[in-house]
Amino acid sequence: MHVRRLDRLTDVAIDVFMLAFKAAVIALVVVGSFLTLIGGTYTGADWLELVGAGLTQGSIYAMIALGYTMVYGILRMINFAHGEIFMAGSFGGYFAIVALAGAGMLSDNVIVSLIAILIAILVAMAVSVTLAVGVERIAYRPLRNAPTLVPLISAIGASLFLQYSFRGFFGSGIYAYPTPAFLQQESPIPFLSMRWVDVLVVIASLAMMTVLYLFVMRSKTGTAIRAVSEDKGTAALMGIDANRAIVLTFVIGAAMAGAAGVLYGLAFIQVTFAMGIFPGIKAFTAAVLGGIGNVPGALLGGLFLGLVEAIGPTLFLTGFGVPATNQLKDAVAFTMLVLILVFRPSGLLGERVTRKRA
Amino acid sequence: MSAATFPPPDMIGAAAADPWRLLRLVKIGVAGGAIAIYVCLVGIVPVFAVRPLIIGVLELGQAALLIAFAAIGYVAARDRVKVSRFRAVSGGAIAGAIAGAMLTGLIAFGAVLDLRAMFLNASPVLYDLLNNGLVLKGAYVPIVVGAITGGIAAAILGLSSRVRVPLVVGLSLLVFFGLFAGLLRTPMLVTPLAGLARFLFGSEGLTVAGGTIVFILTVATTVIVRTTKPRRRVAALPPAQRRLVVGPLMLLVLAMVLLFPLALGPFFAQVIAIVALFVLLGLGLNITLGLAGLLDLGFVAFYAVGAYTVALLTSTAEYGIAGWSFWQAVPFGVVFAMLVALFLGLPILRIRGDYLAIATLGFGEIIRILAGSDLLKPWLGGPRGILNIPKPLDVPPTDWLAGPVQIYYIALACAAVVGFVAWRLRGSRLGRSWLAIREDEDVAEGMGVNLVQTKLLAYMLGGAFAGLAGAISVGLVGSIFASSIQLQLSINVAAIVIVGGMGSIPGVVLGALVLIGLPELFREFSDYRLLFYGLALMTIMILRPEGLLPSRVSRRELHTSDEILALPDDQLITDAERREATAP
Repeated sequence: MHVRRLDRLTDVAIDVFMLAFKAAVIALVVVGSFLTLIGGTYTGADWLELVGAGLTQGSIYAMIALGYTMVYGILRMINFAHGEIFMAGSFGGYFAIVALAGAGMLSDNVIVSLIAILIAILVAMAVSVTLAVGVERIAYRPLRNAPTLVPLISAIGASLFLQYSFRGFFGSGIYAYPTPAFLQQESPIPFLSMRWVDVLVVIASLAMMTVLYLFVMRSKTGTAIRAVSEDKGTAALMGIDANRAIVLTFVIGAAMAGAAGVLYGLAFIQVTFAMGIFPGIKAFTAAVLGGIGNVPGALLGGLFLGLVEAIGPTLFLTGFGVPATNQLKDAVAFTMLVLILVFRPSGLLGERVTRKRA
Repeated sequence: MSAATFPPPDMIGAAAADPWRLLRLVKIGVAGGAIAIYVCLVGIVPVFAVRPLIIGVLELGQAALLIAFAAIGYVAARDRVKVSRFRAVSGGAIAGAIAGAMLTGLIAFGAVLDLRAMFLNASPVLYDLLNNGLVLKGAYVPIVVGAITGGIAAAILGLSSRVRVPLVVGLSLLVFFGLFAGLLRTPMLVTPLAGLARFLFGSEGLTVAGGTIVFILTVATTVIVRTTKPRRRVAALPPAQRRLVVGPLMLLVLAMVLLFPLALGPFFAQVIAIVALFVLLGLGLNITLGLAGLLDLGFVAFYAVGAYTVALLTSTAEYGIAGWSFWQAVPFGVVFAMLVALFLGLPILRIRGDYLAIATLGFGEIIRILAGSDLLKPWLGGPRGILNIPKPLDVPPTDWLAGPVQIYYIALACAAVVGFVAWRLRGSRLGRSWLAIREDEDVAEGMGVNLVQTKLLAYMLGGAFAGLAGAISVGLVGSIFASSIQLQLSINVAAIVIVGGMGSIPGVVLGALVLIGLPELFREFSDYRLLFYGLALMTIMILRPEGLLPSRVSRRELHTSDEILALPDDQLITDAERREATAP
């Protein structure tokens, strides 16, 4: 009896702790925002600038998140090497765009420049897809029936291998993306101070994700992918080639990551061999935020994460007199990840996944 | 790889004339050629073109290519050797030649196009190495070398195992000693063995004489071990006598472990002290992950808490608050790490599986970012760090216990204690609850395991041990910076536990030696260490998903079906009979 009471007490204590935790977080956000806004250090234009930056960053997260979300949906594994696939795409696009710039295609002529960027994106997609299919074939497929942590470690291995292979190929230096001048100019969009490149990133990512969403929901292949992620065995009985669906999932995810790599390069200019890690982890966070296995969720999660990351540190923390809030950008993002996992594990839109599915 | 199963083994004889078989060779050759080009462009060949393995005979860069060619020959010959030796050798040579031809293609390509604009390593050094300095005239060189190496590898495969195994072991150890010759030489130079050291080892690589002696010795040892089969003989001894053999052997191993850093000098002492620290970390995570199955990718958080607590309490420089001795501060570091583990463990109790991994990774990152932020800079020093942390044992710098040696002994002692605790816990009620949770949380709960308490205890114990490791590491380095807290550490520790074999204590030790010790020894290859680390992680997981030294239970789980299938029929029967006979 005594033990039972102790158990019940710990349960109550934990419930109280969680409630207090929730209250503390909400209080921190509300009071912090209030104090910041009262303080009035930042003008409306400053906030809108942050919103613009958040949208750009968020669109890129969303595109990377798509690969995580689809692969997790179908294989129940975190594809840790996905950030490196993004990095590879960025490098592939870099060399393509340098070659095209050498051919004089990145001029003031908007149409020609956009065509050059499109070609670079296609090259990046090809590089990313090739690598992702190779990684799936070599590092993941032999482990499909192994205990869950084994593919995760293999994926971490693949991630390090790719990262340092690229370091070996291209060195540890920072490569600067050449961009046509007009992309860096201010766009005439009211209120949000966005450069043209930001507009390009947001529109391109929205367009690609829409096409992809239609593909997954409407086409026969998309249906097959969804069927396999629902239940591999039954899908196989219905005559669906599960392997093909899985490879296709990797292909789609990698293509999006490759495109994201080029857009990232155009928007943030700098590209290095180590650039994949953090966008990778953040994008996974975005996938979880949106609800894993869910295409619109990835978009929503990505944009949400981008915005919170851009605005959050300044809004919540400046009021408390925290110095250099921008340093804490990642901490805010990860705190949000933990909070979502704790309080709404199904994500913003999505199925409940903390319980393992039979 | 489907290449290994195609064509199916029973078709090999029948389909000798099948054109597909030639196509298969081409496939292997092309894949191998891609690997050879990769090895060249990633920089291993050109960067190590002047790093000798055997002085004056073989450089590491060339050796890497030769090994690639040999591997191609081996893969190509694997099926064909069952048909005939000639077929094996011809297959190996053809595949090797195809791979070599692709390198020739690389040279030709490089002569026309400036590949260097893209690949840093597509340099004249590389081309000279590949074509023997003969520019395009020497383009046949890789083809010939590839064919010969592939053929030789295939020929070795065709030898009887009595010759093949010692030969392969001898060659591999030759490479191994060639890599480590310099490291072995340095500590020997201050001993009476200095003359021998100069005779055998150069400052990099083996001397020709050393290479010959190493090769002969390793081959001879392998032959002796294979013919006398000491292990099987010992196993066959009656228990009393076996103890007489095994006991002294264990003592010998123990003595070696204890004397290791003293005998091999400061560099090895440093390496082995780091390994011992990672053993300690691994044993800590082994409780959380290995026993309870909770993957914590933010283990560095507890390490950081332990390290910073001790640093703050002991430092005599800026930011130090108490100026205590190391030993006074350690208990606080451990307890504080444990409390942080409790605090972080509470909210994430209900998160499972991969999500838990990501949530803990988030925690680790939050702690790392906070440690380096301006927010905590007034207390933790941020990137400037906390300096002047006293050594655990205050001895003069000339003493034998100065430097990393003492850390090694302290970490070893702590690891022994932690290992003992983990070993005793495993069989206890708590340990069995952990195992039950690891296997199936819902069933465990149904059987009356209190999930909350059991999981929290796993977290707190793991966190406490990580805090201990952090505290000791601060004693080793004498300072702590925000940059010492890295995501890579969490990943390393998780990899040690999983690669070693979940829940297995010897596995953790082996995992730390392989994943931490080896890369530390390879410091010279800084750029490529993590590349090989990643490759090793993938390879080990694919070949041995249960880990290098798994505990008996998990090995059985993953391999029951293989074992039963692998047994010949009669053995299956005798096994069943034996069980029947022993049944009461």
